[in-house]
Amino acid sequence: MNLGSALGNMMAQAANTASWWKPMQASSHAVAVDTLFNFIMYLCFFFFVLIVGAMVYFIVKYRRKGSGPERTSPIKGNHTLEIVWSVIPGILLVLIFAWGFKDWLAIAVVPANAMEVRVSGQKWNWTFTYPKDGIVSPDLVVPAGQTVKLVMTSTDVLHSFYIPDYRIKRDVIPGKYTVLWFKPEEEATHQIFCTEYCGAEHSNMLSKVKVMSSAKYEEWIANGGEEAGGAGVPLAEKGKKLWEQRGCVACHSIDGSKKVGPTWKGAFGTARQFADGSSLPAADENYMRESILVPNAKVVAGYPGVMPSYQGQLNDKQIEALIEFMKSLK
Amino acid sequence: MESNRKNVPQGAHAATAGGAEPNYINAHKGIWSWMTTVDHKRLGLMYLVGVLGFFAVGGIFALLVRTQLLGPIFKGASGKQEWLFSGETYNKLFTLHGAVMVFLVIIPSIPASLGNFFLPLMLGAKDVAFPKLNLMSFYVYILGGAFLLFSIFTGAVDTGWTFYTPYSSTTSTSVVSAVLGVFILGFSSILTGVNFIVTIHKMRAPGLTWVRLPLFVWAQYATSLIQVLATPVLAITLMLLAIERTIGVGIFDPKLGGDPVLFQHFFWFYSHPAVYIMILPAFGVISEIITINSRKQIFGYKAIAMSSVAIAVIGFLVWGHHMFTSGQSELAAAVFSFLTFAVAVPTAIKTFSWVATMYGGSLRMNSAMWYAQAFLFLFTIGGLTGLFLGTLSVDIHLHDTYFVVAHFHYVMMGGTMTAFVGALHHWWPKMTGRMLNEFWGKVSCFFVFAGFNIAFFSQFVLGTKGMPRRYANYLPEFQYLHQISTIGSYLLGLGFFITLCYMIQSLINGEKAPPNPWGGRSLEWETDSPPIEHNFHHQPVVTHGPYEFPEIDHSQAPRGGH
Repeated sequence: MNLGSALGNMMAQAANTASWWKPMQASSHAVAVDTLFNFIMYLCFFFFVLIVGAMVYFIVKYRRKGSGPERTSPIKGNHTLEIVWSVIPGILLVLIFAWGFKDWLAIAVVPANAMEVRVSGQKWNWTFTYPKDGIVSPDLVVPAGQTVKLVMTSTDVLHSFYIPDYRIKRDVIPGKYTVLWFKPEEEATHQIFCTEYCGAEHSNMLSKVKVMSSAKYEEWIANGGEEAGGAGVPLAEKGKKLWEQRGCVACHSIDGSKKVGPTWKGAFGTARQFADGSSLPAADENYMRESILVPNAKVVAGYPGVMPSYQGQLNDKQIEALIEFMKSLK
Repeated sequence: MESNRKNVPQGAHAATAGGAEPNYINAHKGIWSWMTTVDHKRLGLMYLVGVLGFFAVGGIFALLVRTQLLGPIFKGASGKQEWLFSGETYNKLFTLHGAVMVFLVIIPSIPASLGNFFLPLMLGAKDVAFPKLNLMSFYVYILGGAFLLFSIFTGAVDTGWTFYTPYSSTTSTSVVSAVLGVFILGFSSILTGVNFIVTIHKMRAPGLTWVRLPLFVWAQYATSLIQVLATPVLAITLMLLAIERTIGVGIFDPKLGGDPVLFQHFFWFYSHPAVYIMILPAFGVISEIITINSRKQIFGYKAIAMSSVAIAVIGFLVWGHHMFTSGQSELAAAVFSFLTFAVAVPTAIKTFSWVATMYGGSLRMNSAMWYAQAFLFLFTIGGLTGLFLGTLSVDIHLHDTYFVVAHFHYVMMGGTMTAFVGALHHWWPKMTGRMLNEFWGKVSCFFVFAGFNIAFFSQFVLGTKGMPRRYANYLPEFQYLHQISTIGSYLLGLGFFITLCYMIQSLINGEKAPPNPWGGRSLEWETDSPPIEHNFHHQPVVTHGPYEFPEIDHSQAPRGGH
């Protein structure tokens, strides 16, 4: 084994784990961004040591010793020095700009053979739609080795889609599409954050990228967006998972505590009093279904009518699972 | 005030010129004499009290934010749990922290308080050009602050200090009141700017040519230009936002046919130059403190003066670097990135020049000088980390993470606020007639410096790891860094509390200050401490530059052409 491939192996290894100060490098963007990051950092170290070193040296050397007046240098400036310290940083800055621009173009231009996934951001969860297969998923599931293009939009306010392990980020804007791409290399799970402030549960607007082998991915597609082994799981348990993944958890507690929306604990089958004065003696399946798909039709008294509609984002099976989960919360 | 002035007999000044003439503080008595004063020194002092009061308020919000971030207790089905504030409350706290610190503290800090007090003194003038306008701008400031803080009682604001649409046009919190407050504050800023520009142009003492101006005046001049040119854009933007919210005209909200990214362009067209409104006066302060305490000519006077103006001009053309991930065009982003690097050059020139000024000097390390050195250290880090964010590809990773939070705190807090506190130490004897305690000054500087670095350097690491900003809670892997940062913020708070204590002590029984405790050559040191009501006993005439100290050894061959 020659030195080059040994070094290559080492770098590949280092890339697979997060260090104490950097996320893991899970894409070609990540390697490029980190290389430039490190270059700028070494430059900064150099200039920092130069400036603060000179400062400390001068303080020690020229500190006033006696009490009487000391003579000081009549120096007022030095053209040569001033030109040097303008031009050299100037050249370095242009270099950093050009390097950053080059890498950034690679992030901005999407390769031709990409698989497309639609991303929808809404307060406070992400929805991934696979247009070819008609699958809707709360996680971004992708096959390893496949270039993925994300076409993103928001249904309400600004969000920003950020995967630290890939070093990519783009704002998600209502009424407009923005695009991101990446090529996952290895089977792994990566964190997704929302990084554009979007309100009360901004910090809970999280999701995951799940990179699978092609075979597992095909299986996932064939199962209609559910991982293998889902057949024997009780409906209520599936509902609980959806409650966590689809952002219900941000506003609806299951322990009776009051959040943005009413708690689900004991909600099913009990009386509901609505903001418009009407009421319902016992919340049933139809009411729950309506509250998921047309949330503002009946708003419970004392709560703001801010819930977004899940029309088109949950299929019938998923809604049934959620209602089953609500029923189980006595 | 005008009538008071007329009541003073014409010969009074000459008769009491021996030192018995009352100073500006006790020339008139009673609260009414303060509330109706047009004396720039009294107004500067009143601004100072206002700014320090709001600084305490903003600081308390900051400590509450940091306390929340000590950490959620991780448990339960969802893996995390709130522990102090709900998401909504936390969002209001960081919004108020940002809005108060930016609009009520940092923007008016040096220009409105120290600028008002010292600009006419440095120019050898009796007052600013429009004293009554000056009084008005103070009341506009108080009114704007009242509106901003009033919003707390009507549900507070949860938009962040940036008021990004369409969140700000749809949230149920009291955005209009807060926006109106900022709108009004803008007028205070504009009026002060106009006043300073005219004063600097028209009211310089005989012999005070442009190249004899203290660099503090140059910095104020550049700042005032930006205030006058940029602030109206913010006013219009916020007005449009208020119109959208109140009568539903679609400007920024896509549901009404607007463009949310347009708001960002408008907002940053003001708010990026506003960054220079915040930092340029600090540059002026540092030029003064380092030069006077080095007992030398400043290195490269013209380069420093002109770089302020260059920063002010180029600073107008870099707003898009706040929007690299916003979906603006690739070409626009590339141009903004390039110009951002261009503005780094004059900033680097200034930093090098300050360090070079100390070469061959006779350094007096008083507490003001300690703060100035702390500024150099912190601002260097703040400036250098800006390179990461100006770089297109690297910014994609770091944008809207704690790296950005750390960067602007190093510049705004480590830069501007450190310089502001240093300036208070430097000019305190002139303003109050009392000396500050040097020992405790250095102790406080130590705590501020150490606490600041612990609080904010840890945030560079957080940001690099990918921790997004404006999060009320977070994943467990970020917790230990947040806890380090919070401990640092408490030390920082302690440092400022110590400062407050010895400032009060100085007012009560501090040592009496001589007219010129630091041996300065600019005109503010040629009058009494504190100055008399009309500033000077006689019209000063300037025959030398601001930094021609007697220690300078002219027997050595003079070098440098400035």
